[in-house]
Amino acid sequence: MSSTDHAHHEGESYFDGPPGVLSKVWQWMSTVDHKKIGVMYLFAVLLMFFLGGVSALAVRYELLDPVRTVETMNEAGEMIQYTSGQRLAGLTNIMGAKNANEVYNRIFTLHGAIMVFMFIIPSIPASLGNFFLPIMLGAKDVAFPRLNLLSWYIYVIGCLFGVFSILLGGVDTGWTFYTPYSTTTDADHWRVILMILAAFILGFSSILTGMNFVVTVHKLRAPGMGWFDMPLFIWGVYATAIIQVLATPVIGITLLLLVFERVMHIGIFDPSMGGDPILYQHFFWFYSHPVVYVMILPGMGIISELIAVHSRKHIFGYRAIAFSSLGIAAVSFLVWGHHIFTAMGELAAVLFSGLTFLVAIPTAIKVFNWIATLYKGSIAINTPMLYALIFLFTFSIGGLTGLPLATLATDLHLHDTYYVVAHFHYVMMGGTVMAFMGGLHHWWPKMFGKMYNEKAALAGAVIVFIGFNITFFSQFFLGTQGMPRRYANYVDEFQTLHVISTYGSWILLLGFLVHLGTFVVSLVAGDKAPANPWGGLTLEWVTESPPIEHNFHHEPVVTHGPYDFDKVVPPHWDPKDYPLPENPSSH
Amino acid sequence: MQTTLDADTTPAPAHIANHPTHWRNRPFAAHFRTRDDDFDASKFGMWLFLTTEVLLFAGIFCAYAVFRMMYPEAWSNGSHHLNWVYGGANTVILLISSWTAASAVRCAQLNKQKWLKINLVITILCALLFIGIKFWFEYRIKLGDGKAPGTFFSYAFAESPYEVLWWSLYYMGTGLHALHVVIGASLLGWVLYRSWKYQAYGPTEYLMVENSALYWHIVDLIWIFLFPLLYLIH
Repeated sequence: MSSTDHAHHEGESYFDGPPGVLSKVWQWMSTVDHKKIGVMYLFAVLLMFFLGGVSALAVRYELLDPVRTVETMNEAGEMIQYTSGQRLAGLTNIMGAKNANEVYNRIFTLHGAIMVFMFIIPSIPASLGNFFLPIMLGAKDVAFPRLNLLSWYIYVIGCLFGVFSILLGGVDTGWTFYTPYSTTTDADHWRVILMILAAFILGFSSILTGMNFVVTVHKLRAPGMGWFDMPLFIWGVYATAIIQVLATPVIGITLLLLVFERVMHIGIFDPSMGGDPILYQHFFWFYSHPVVYVMILPGMGIISELIAVHSRKHIFGYRAIAFSSLGIAAVSFLVWGHHIFTAMGELAAVLFSGLTFLVAIPTAIKVFNWIATLYKGSIAINTPMLYALIFLFTFSIGGLTGLPLATLATDLHLHDTYYVVAHFHYVMMGGTVMAFMGGLHHWWPKMFGKMYNEKAALAGAVIVFIGFNITFFSQFFLGTQGMPRRYANYVDEFQTLHVISTYGSWILLLGFLVHLGTFVVSLVAGDKAPANPWGGLTLEWVTESPPIEHNFHHEPVVTHGPYDFDKVVPPHWDPKDYPLPENPSSH
Repeated sequence: MQTTLDADTTPAPAHIANHPTHWRNRPFAAHFRTRDDDFDASKFGMWLFLTTEVLLFAGIFCAYAVFRMMYPEAWSNGSHHLNWVYGGANTVILLISSWTAASAVRCAQLNKQKWLKINLVITILCALLFIGIKFWFEYRIKLGDGKAPGTFFSYAFAESPYEVLWWSLYYMGTGLHALHVVIGASLLGWVLYRSWKYQAYGPTEYLMVENSALYWHIVDLIWIFLFPLLYLIH
């Protein structure tokens, strides 16, 4: 073994660094350890989640009441116009906007751009994936550790571009940067260009992470670990990485063309010069639809782990789940047209509609397999499992409400309404974020070596679940009744549902604050975590909590499957009673 | 895999042979089990990266196809403005350089240090020649005529109002390609520097030569598609 080249102290956790604050900081900033990079990604994406969340709350706050202008008389007896309902009007001067509506446009754009490009795409793969993919494979690191650090820096630079654009006043193009709006909007040139470049730069980070993971999975599996001995989280991240590598370059060239369109009017997307804005939409969705699966596939991988470990059952249909991940990745490249049904011929629309329905098959395979895994399992209702169950509930709603959007006839009515907003929030937030929260609680003891207060975390999960459903289920009704998305104003009839939705967003905030508090208390005063608090059988539970610098004292040899609870774990075993019998693989 | 058939066995001068960067002294990355694993992983990573390059240019080719279909006259006019002699010369230059790049890899595998350097020098010279022809004989003249992208387009004799789109795509495609030529030449220059100074590449350590050459081949390959689409078909 060549691991002894690097001097390290046995038994020292990965975050025990040299004394002195500056040397500690430098050690983190220059690290090539996938665990530290994963943790740095975790904090960065959580910061972005916070920024995106604040703008979401602002959007909901503006929508508490409709904007109404009335003629009224002031104290002096003169007729004046009084406008009510523009709750964000106070930001008009600060942001340098023309009026309150523009403030609203900018804030929902920021919400979308931050959440999509800076939070949800890197969220699971770059943080939990970076930390756990090599450990679960039994490797010492990812294939290209220095590229891994580079990708973090590129990510940070991309985020800085985005934040700069916001500090200069933000953009109002919508996160999709549709032309001709993104090339002609009143917003200052530089802000739009900065935001587009932010997305462009973040793409490189995504590509590098994806490449790294694909190669790591191919080349760094522990001895004895065949493809079908890998934990399903790895399969999810692997399928994700393939999409990241294959789809992201297309958005790269698209955004590059868009920047040149904005700077020197090259005309490719400009109808007045013979260009085609629909071409932009094709390019954009050719990337951005597969990316929807970049967001959800790692979440599905987490759910497979959570459900198997916390119901102590062998996962039902291992290969079906593994192959359905690849199936989703493959189909993801063939469905982009459903974002622009009305911009194409009838035949193309019908084909894209049919292909879109195909996505439902591998997705349903997964959901049924998870439910079958739960059947007769010994289900522990702890926070990770609760989040997995929440995922099954909310993600199923999100998935099923997608079908009317894939159907041409109903999509015509629902397109660009709050129904779409509700649908993709049920998938992205009800799916990915719930899985992310579940995975974070599942792996928190391993990452930081501290347990968290289970009751507080459970309470947080329940509040998030309630808040989430109040916020977004109401939007299904709004959408079917005809409330268009992205509007700062609406007719009075919609106000009740909007108010309900906004109240829900506050409950959601409360839930996340409870989680934040739980995590902070855990870091400061949490009990020391055992190596294997949940009795998991994947390799990350073999090493210490937190893991040592090179992950394992000895290279692990895989002797049992990741979910062989029936073979390895004694019946009626309780993780609290005694540690798992010494794993034969850890020598 | 790596072969030492017909390898040059001349020992390197002592000050180079003992340098940690000399190919015999280079360790492989500690997280791999074997040197071969490290090599295979890095090469696999490079191939994935090349895939992303192809997909990057796919956007340009796709836009080309769409507008060629929409405005066949503008496309025909545009390509008549390009001189196939320059394009053809650059094609030949890139083909030669691809051959020398491949030869450089072979020389590293056989420890032929002198020919490794000669091949790299020829490759880099070809890159400079390509850039020279592109900028001096093509871009400079055309920009002078007003055949420029977007707002800078001022060519008075355009027969179709959509010719500006042709020029926009011409500059985006060939400009992006030229950028890749520069990056590829820089990579090969780095390889040249390290083999000059340390004999850093040899039969057991030629990954960087191979990956830079692979990058160079994709640059060549993209031009092989750009050339007929822009210069030859009308």
